[in-house]
This record gives sequence, C-alpha cells and structure tokens, in this order.
Amino acid sequence: MDGNLNALTTVFTEFYYWVTVVFMFLIHVGFCMYEVGASRRRNHMHTLMKNVMVIPLVTVTFFFFGWWIYWAFPMFPFFGGLDHEMGAGNLPWAETMGPNAADRITGVFWAAFLLFSWTAASIVSGAVIERIRSSALWVHAVLIGSVWWIIDAAWGWHYDGWMVKFLGYHDAYASGVIHAIAGGYALGVIYVLGPRIGKFAADGTPRDIPPHNPWMLTIGIFLIYTGFWGFYAACNVPAISPEAIGGQITGTTWTATNIYLAPTSLSGITFNFLMSMSGGLMAAYLVSRGDAFWTFSGGLAGVITASAGNDLYHPIQAMLVAAVGVVIIYRLHHWVERRFKLDDAVGAVAVHGYAGVVGLIIAGFVLWGAPSSPFEGYATVNPLGQLIGAMIMFFGLGFLPALAVSKIQAALGVLRIPEEVELEGLDFAEHHAYEDAKEAIIEADKAHLASKLTPAE
Amino acid sequence: MSTIGYESWAVDLADVGPIYPFQGSEMIMVAIGVAFWIGWHRIQFQREDEHLKRASKRALDHEKVQKSVERY
Repeated sequence: MDGNLNALTTVFTEFYYWVTVVFMFLIHVGFCMYEVGASRRRNHMHTLMKNVMVIPLVTVTFFFFGWWIYWAFPMFPFFGGLDHEMGAGNLPWAETMGPNAADRITGVFWAAFLLFSWTAASIVSGAVIERIRSSALWVHAVLIGSVWWIIDAAWGWHYDGWMVKFLGYHDAYASGVIHAIAGGYALGVIYVLGPRIGKFAADGTPRDIPPHNPWMLTIGIFLIYTGFWGFYAACNVPAISPEAIGGQITGTTWTATNIYLAPTSLSGITFNFLMSMSGGLMAAYLVSRGDAFWTFSGGLAGVITASAGNDLYHPIQAMLVAAVGVVIIYRLHHWVERRFKLDDAVGAVAVHGYAGVVGLIIAGFVLWGAPSSPFEGYATVNPLGQLIGAMIMFFGLGFLPALAVSKIQAALGVLRIPEEVELEGLDFAEHHAYEDAKEAIIEADKAHLASKLTPAE
Repeated sequence: MSTIGYESWAVDLADVGPIYPFQGSEMIMVAIGVAFWIGWHRIQFQREDEHLKRASKRALDHEKVQKSVERY
C-alpha cells in the first residue's frame, strides 16, 4: 500500500464495502420480520430459527468453498478448466483469508458477496414456511447460498465470466444472478414440498392465508428496501483508474464501475433505484387494487426487474421497466398458483424469480448493442443472450437442482414435517421448551395470584 | 516466541503479511472447521427427527391441536 493515493483508495474501498455489508445485514433482518409476520402464531419460533441459522451455515460454507468457486469457475466447465491462479488466493487456507497486513480487500469483498448468499438462501426460506423441516431447508440454504448462486456469479457476474464474454450477458444489480436463481430454486422446492394444509379448497381454489401481524411485514419489507441500498452499492467498484481496469477505456479519468468493470456511477444508480421502486409500487397498487402486501412487494419487484440494467437506464426507463415487470409477475403468480396448486407463502417466486427473469429479458432489448464489458472481444448486450442467461439462472441453476435435491429429501422422508405437527404447530414440536416454559410461568403466576391476592370487592 | 510471528511492531509494514496465530496450520484449521460444520448438521438432523417423532405422538391429543389451530 505504498503511496498516498494508493493508500487512500485502498482504505476507502475497504471501508466502502464494509459499509455495504452493514447495510445489507438489514435485508436479513427484514426477511426474518417478514417471514415471522407472515407465519401463524404456532410457528413463530421455528420460522425465525429457520432463517436465523441460514446466517452461520451459509457463512462458514461460503468461507470453506463458496468464495473459491467464484474465482475458479468463470470458464469452468464448458469453456475451460478451473482457474487455479485466481482461485488460490481465495481458498479457505490461503493467507489472504484472514488478518493480513498486505491485503485489505479480500475480507470485505468476501463479506459483500456473502451477504448476497444469505439473501439467496433467505428468499427460498420465505417460500417454504410452516411445513418444511429445518434440516432440509438448511441443506438447501448451503446449496443455493454457497454453491449454485456463486457458480452463476462466476459465469455471469464476473468480468471474465463466459456468459458475459460469449452471450453479452448483462445483469449489473443481480436481477438474474441472485433473484431469478433464488426464485427458481424456491419454485423447485415448493413444487415437491406441497402446499400448507388448507391452502387450497376442495375444488382447487387457492385460499389466502393472511399474515398474523401485518405491521411486522410492513417493517420487514421496509428494512429490505433499506438493505437494498447497500446491495446496490456493493455491486459497484467505487473508484478505479482505467489503468487498473486494463481494458479499452482510454485516458486517465477514474470512475466507479459495475461488477464487469464497465463505467457507471453511484449517483446514476441512485436515480434508478428510487425510480424503479416507485414504478413498482405504483403499478402494484393498481394491478392489485390497493392490496397492501402486493403493493409493498411490488416496490421490491420493481427494483428487481430493473436491476439488470439499472447501471445504464434513464430513470424514466427504470420506472417503466419496473412497472411493466410488476404487472407481468402479479398475473403470472396467480396463474401459476391456480394452475399448479403451488403455495409460495410470501410470493418469493414471483417477486424474485419472475421479476428477475422478466428484468433480464427486458434489459436485452433496452440495452441492445451496449458493451457488456470494457474488455475487447466480448459480445454486446442482446435479447437472445439475456434470454438464455435468464433460463440458465431460473431453471438451470435454480429450479432443476432444487427439484432434484427436494425429490431425494422427499423420498427419504426428511423434507416435510408430519401432518399432525403442522396442525399443532412447529413451536410445540421443535421449540417446545419455549412454549412449555411459557405455559409453566403462566400457571405459576395464576397460582400465585390465587394464593396471595383477593379480588376487589 | 510469538504465536503470530512478531514480537514487536518495529517492522516495515511493507514486509508484513499474515498476522494471525499459528500460520502454517491453515489446512488443519480448515479440516477442523469442516468437521464442526458437518457434525453440526448431523447432530441437528438427529435431534429434529427425534423431536418430530415425539411431537407426532403428542399431537394425537386433539384438544390441544384444536387450541393451537384456533390461536392462528
């Protein structure tokens, strides 16, 4: 870190990513609140524990192998071997994977990616509440959080990824690499898992299972919005010189870049984040006829739809892309629910999966011909590349692996909780100590009241 | 002797690399870490299975289940 400018840039970048990680923690807080608010009283503790334990399990596995996958897999297995040179510094036993005076970036960059991993796993967690075994969900959390999403990031969210190079795949703020894959994965799990008891009437009509606490959901979604600011910032490289990029950019003007090292600005994406959120909220309010929860989720879905191109869109384009996406995903959600009798408890497949897919495809048209990378020889952004990319994310790396693993779990009888436990509630089954303690202290208080106090005359 | 390899900071930081204890034993630490992770899954899986089996039997008490369902 010799030289003042170098030192300043390094420390600024280190601090920048660190701040994004703190912000992104709020996404997980929001998901926890949203899930607990959506669950019924008899499943609170289980729902909470299920999502909280995603944090350590994805963290340790992302340390053990997830982070290495990102650096080793950009061309593997279709267009080359593992990149051992780049992977070496990111193996769990590498000297850079710990306090090291010669390296100030690996830890914060690892953490920024890790928080994306939590998000991917948490998206799946929401769809399956009130009937999945925790052990089953946690296997899925490790797989989506530390394997599948990070493979897609290596392929399509890396300056050297084959999808970027050969397909012109462009997904600046992760419409596909986080949301489409996580939504597709959730769909694969719920397809095998089945709906909650009572979700569908005898004639197949879906029933709404209202949240037990609407206010908790509201605060949860607003915390997710807040964390999303950190998510957006974390997708950028904050300040880099053309020389350091080493691509085709000429001159000496420093810039912020997207993950592909192509120019953008924090200012530009701030316009687009807010305008796409607004477009999503407005469209969702109209299409759902003012349903509060679809409106809130619509804001999120709007951002997710526009995210693929939000580094380059004009703010009004971002708003319109978001609005169009939200109308499509709302209709698609209800059609899929009726047609396939799927119970997506929090609308995760729609808000993340369908919105991600729609956003990628729209970006292919709106950004048609734009450079996907500052490096020479890369395909430009195009609709076909985006469509293929969307299918890889949603089906190839999301839906299919989830379907396969869930089918194995179901065959072994370790996917779903027993029916009688589902009715009684998981808090009595797995977290009985909490409920038993509550019951015991209430009885003790009643006994005390009866023995010490007399009712007022 | 120092577990981190430095007994004082009278050094040129340009020459300093890792500063965590027991450098050189990273592979062993990873092996222990992976065993802890896999072991955790195994213990949790077994306990959850036992809990659910016990809970299934207890849930045959229809009055209790009824109460739980009505609590929403």
